Amino acid sequence: MHNTRAVFLREIRSFFNSPMAYIFLVIFAIFNGYFFTSTFFLYNQSDLRSLFSVVPMVYLIFVPAISMGLIARERNIGTMETIATLPLKTYEFVFGKYLAVVSLILLGLLATIIHLFTLAKFGSKIDYGALLTGYIGLALVGSMYAAIGTFASSITDNQVVAFIIGVFIVLIFFLMGFFLPLVPTSLAGIIQYLSVDYHYSNISRGVIDSRNLVYFLSVIGFFLVLTVQSLEVRKWQ
Amino acid sequence: MIKVRDLSKNYGDVEAVKSINFEIQDGEIVGFLGENGAGKTTALKMITGYLSPTSGMVEVNNLNISDHALEIQTQIGYLPELNPLYPEMTVYEYLEFIAKIRKITGKQFRNALSRVVDKCGLQGVVHKHISSCSKGYKQRIGLAGSMIHDPKILILDEPVTGLDPNQIVEIRELIKSLGREKLVLMSSHILQEIQATVDRIMIIHQGEIVANGTNEELMSNFRGNTLLNLDVKNANENSLKDLSVAIPNLNIVNVEEKLDRHILQMEYAQDVDPREDLFNYAVSSGWVILKMTPTTTDLEDIFRKLTTEGQANA
Repeated sequence: MHNTRAVFLREIRSFFNSPMAYIFLVIFAIFNGYFFTSTFFLYNQSDLRSLFSVVPMVYLIFVPAISMGLIARERNIGTMETIATLPLKTYEFVFGKYLAVVSLILLGLLATIIHLFTLAKFGSKIDYGALLTGYIGLALVGSMYAAIGTFASSITDNQVVAFIIGVFIVLIFFLMGFFLPLVPTSLAGIIQYLSVDYHYSNISRGVIDSRNLVYFLSVIGFFLVLTVQSLEVRKWQ
Repeated sequence: MIKVRDLSKNYGDVEAVKSINFEIQDGEIVGFLGENGAGKTTALKMITGYLSPTSGMVEVNNLNISDHALEIQTQIGYLPELNPLYPEMTVYEYLEFIAKIRKITGKQFRNALSRVVDKCGLQGVVHKHISSCSKGYKQRIGLAGSMIHDPKILILDEPVTGLDPNQIVEIRELIKSLGREKLVLMSSHILQEIQATVDRIMIIHQGEIVANGTNEELMSNFRGNTLLNLDVKNANENSLKDLSVAIPNLNIVNVEEKLDRHILQMEYAQDVDPREDLFNYAVSSGWVILKMTPTTTDLEDIFRKLTTEGQANA
């Protein structure tokens, strides 16, 4: 825990010591703000539905972008060797890195709360419960994509390659639901269960089912374990 | 203490390190000398636990690296090749980060910091960003990071690469002063550097240790013949011809005539010294010796010989 915290704080510090975090937060806010407000008044409904549908799409590019450097950069500049020869367990390192990206995403989400004030000002009969679960859903999707991005960053020392791989894997999970009509019925159940949209839409509708939570946690766990493995394997190259 | 037994590492089909063996005791400064790509870095990476050996074992203070990597890593300070650092951090932040992972915090950290700042001469740059430090300072920051926990064992991969001569001398002095209380294993492809810094040299060539000993041991084991240059005046043909008869253990390699002078190149085995006989012969033949210079083989020749021909053992 102590080591994870040290890695986490170092990463956060590096985010904010470079323009990276600021660029992410500002552009993330502008994107979400634009897509939210451009339809909000047209829908004329007292919810953040437009926000909740746009953020997962913005994530597709943004989350792989902020996580691409996590480990790839350490490998690229050689600090991975310093890290790997410190008395630090691989999972502590990976988890610290992962938490740093998740924190940055949550910070980005926090900035969208401003739209909640818009809603509170103009809307009526607001369902705060649904808003809360909507945000929980966004946090879960972001955390899941962050785990994928962390993994993508661990298999290469090139950040651009890490980004492309990250976007690719995230897109698979994102688009899976759309392929549903194309797959044989025997596979439909599995495909649907793997689709991120299926679980996210359940949660953002206000239903937090353990099935959905298990899905997000297991995908996160799966990719983090894979990340640790891909770093351990390097020793044997 | 570091003990290495039959240590090998293959990268695919390439055998980077081939079954090397050696031991290093506490308080020794030992240098790995070899050309680029000889296997020095790979060997160091296995000792520090960055790479797992293909076969063989590494023991550090009687702990096996494959079972006790984390414990060993708490006892080792390691400066990787090319000295990787986080450019966006300040020197203070970097050292604090390394110290934190090594469980050094609070007052302990402040003491450790002032110790390494003092030892590595980092006064004045502690709060600078690493990216704005010069190459020499970066090297010292790397060193400071590797010794923040006051390790008993220091492993330094090419610690002086890219430094200017003054900085090299500073780092060399630093390493020497550390060697009094610690085990230091450093690598270099620069012979003079190794020779000036370490107590014992291991020459590694194509993944094998081809020589292992002190400077003097290597010299006496590998020294070939001594070359002697003789510059004489008034030497006639006959006395030159008779020289090899008069002094049989002197082998004339070349005779060059220059006006009234002769420049003779000769060699003799290291265990005989025929210079006195040569002098007496010159006097009796009426030669005037203008110059007599013996040149012994130095470590550089030995190194060149070992790394071009390979195979030999000290």
